[in-house]
Amino acid sequence: MRKQSEAMEALLLKVDDLTIGFADRRGFLLAANRVSFSVPKDHTLGMVGESGCGKSVTLRSLLGLVPYPGEVIAGSIMWMGRDLRGVSKKKLEQIRGKDISMIFQDPTSCLNPVFSVGDQITEMLRLKLYMSRQKAYARAVELLDRVGIPSPKLRLTDYPHQLSGGMRQRVMIAIAIASQPKLLLADEPTTALDVTIQDQILSLLAEIREETGMSMILVSHDVGVVAQNSDEVAVMYAGYLVERGRAQELLHRPRHPYTQGLLKAIPKIDQVGEGGPLVPIRGQPPNLADLPQGCPFQPRCRFMNEGCSTVSMELNRQEPEHGSACPFVDEGGMR
Amino acid sequence: MSGSGSALLEVRDLFKYFFKKPSLLERLSRKPKSRLVALDGISLTLNENETLGLVGESGSGKSTTARCIVRLYEPDNGAIFFQGQDVLSAAAEQLRAIRREVQLIYQDPYTSLNPRMTVRTAISEPARVHGMVDRAGSDSLVEELLDRVSLPLTVADLRPRALSGGQRQRVAIARALSLRPKVIIADEAVSALDVSIQAQMLNLFDKLCKGLGLGMIFIAHQLSVIAHISQRVAIMYLGRIVETGPTPEVFLRPRHPYTDALLRAHPTIESQRNRTPALSGEIPSPYAIPEGCRFNTRCRYAEKRCFIEDPDPTEVSPGHFSWCHVLPELKSEGISGKK
Repeated sequence: MRKQSEAMEALLLKVDDLTIGFADRRGFLLAANRVSFSVPKDHTLGMVGESGCGKSVTLRSLLGLVPYPGEVIAGSIMWMGRDLRGVSKKKLEQIRGKDISMIFQDPTSCLNPVFSVGDQITEMLRLKLYMSRQKAYARAVELLDRVGIPSPKLRLTDYPHQLSGGMRQRVMIAIAIASQPKLLLADEPTTALDVTIQDQILSLLAEIREETGMSMILVSHDVGVVAQNSDEVAVMYAGYLVERGRAQELLHRPRHPYTQGLLKAIPKIDQVGEGGPLVPIRGQPPNLADLPQGCPFQPRCRFMNEGCSTVSMELNRQEPEHGSACPFVDEGGMR
Repeated sequence: MSGSGSALLEVRDLFKYFFKKPSLLERLSRKPKSRLVALDGISLTLNENETLGLVGESGSGKSTTARCIVRLYEPDNGAIFFQGQDVLSAAAEQLRAIRREVQLIYQDPYTSLNPRMTVRTAISEPARVHGMVDRAGSDSLVEELLDRVSLPLTVADLRPRALSGGQRQRVAIARALSLRPKVIIADEAVSALDVSIQAQMLNLFDKLCKGLGLGMIFIAHQLSVIAHISQRVAIMYLGRIVETGPTPEVFLRPRHPYTDALLRAHPTIESQRNRTPALSGEIPSPYAIPEGCRFNTRCRYAEKRCFIEDPDPTEVSPGHFSWCHVLPELKSEGISGKK
């Protein structure tokens, strides 16, 4: 095991007890509830969960992009030793897009339809890296080439509508990596794409990460995507981080009943023709306005018992490599 | 292939084109209208008690096929037989009867249900329109259908906005079942749902097909879903079927490079990711389909003749056809090597 101080130094991002609330007539709906995680250098953290579990909003909060009426109400976001919650807007703007970049699910709505691809890439280079027009242009060609767009010089004058979905996502990636960020936030980057294109984009991201040592937080609802692209996986449910651990360890020996249920519910392509029914998670998705006391998963949990309403939802920290918020269940079932 | 006697639904050589509205300049210069080839000779058979999976990337013509079968689009050429009746030449009254027996379920339950109708009205409306129940009979019909799709009776008087996505999709299914169809065409019916709910829906579809003896065409882009639910599968690419056969056979021993690429691109927990993508390039424009085999622009195995001749189907094993000149012996890496 590495020494504590060494581990601290290698940390890019350390998030502690992050709580994000959306104002509502009766108070706050908590979209993220005491979420803690950290990202060292050259590391990919995958976040999985179903819609509404708070994974996207957690990611956005890192750059101060929580949509109104949401706000970060507690916790700290330490970026290389500085709390991003406390920094000025101006300072945050410098970090955003330069040290930390983000790509989104839908490249169509993130690219400006009235500017050419070239304008949008060079804008980034000139604004954040203060490049001259010519230099920025040359670099834009390089970048488009890097993300695998054929005949990049010609493509620079294209407008987003002239490109396919996969190409647009490549352009988004080109813009995101233009400033050689240390951390890339990827919010469902391939969800809108076909499976073969998804494969191409994920390979491209893996290549770039390998070349530059950039870290990434990859948010996806697809466990397969996260499994293949992450070193560490965090599972979210109803705003809580319920389990976190090394990817292969967590996915093969899930401890939290929700993770276990999620993995069982996925149809497996290698069980083709074996035809048994799937094991769904019973019940309905959680309603953030009406969560039970203690563990939010209890109404759907197979192992529910009277202790569930007093669970603190802290990850079991004795095992930093793999923690679960459920004190009653581990990979073999009830403790 | 099989005679039309045993088949519930048979589609033969279906063609469907769409035309772009020409611009003023194009009209003045009398350029021919550019033609989008959506379906380019699709043939399918669906037997009773069988689920046929249709897979392919967006733009491959899966949904167009579904819509042509019930004549929401008028196909440009080809033939469709439902229990021996010719669908394309059916008169209005006959078509109504056919549409009653062939029901479509759509991807998005948020838009396919009328927000101003209660669940009860939504479910009983089709049966009342078709004169199958009167006002008194509709209550018992609603009860029976809600029970069949495992929804509590209490939802009957709610409107869709009060329901979750999974519940709405159940209502959409109940509505489709209300006409006692023989065929259900589910067009990406589970794609918009979360994994835990998706599993509930797949089990429901399974149960319904076995319980009611329905034939089902299940359209999805997720291979794992198709692997789970279908007995036979057809892989589509750019308006054509490129490989079809029993699902385990096609998925475990694919004989078309495209099927193989799809399987390798599918991310799973077990498999390690390959450094190189399974398939390079993108699906060509349907306005300009490549000469020869339409997959030749992306195929690793392409030979000279692939650029000249359109391949004919080859029966590689009983019921398993592949439209490929090369027919590489592929062992899908995505699936094998796990056991």
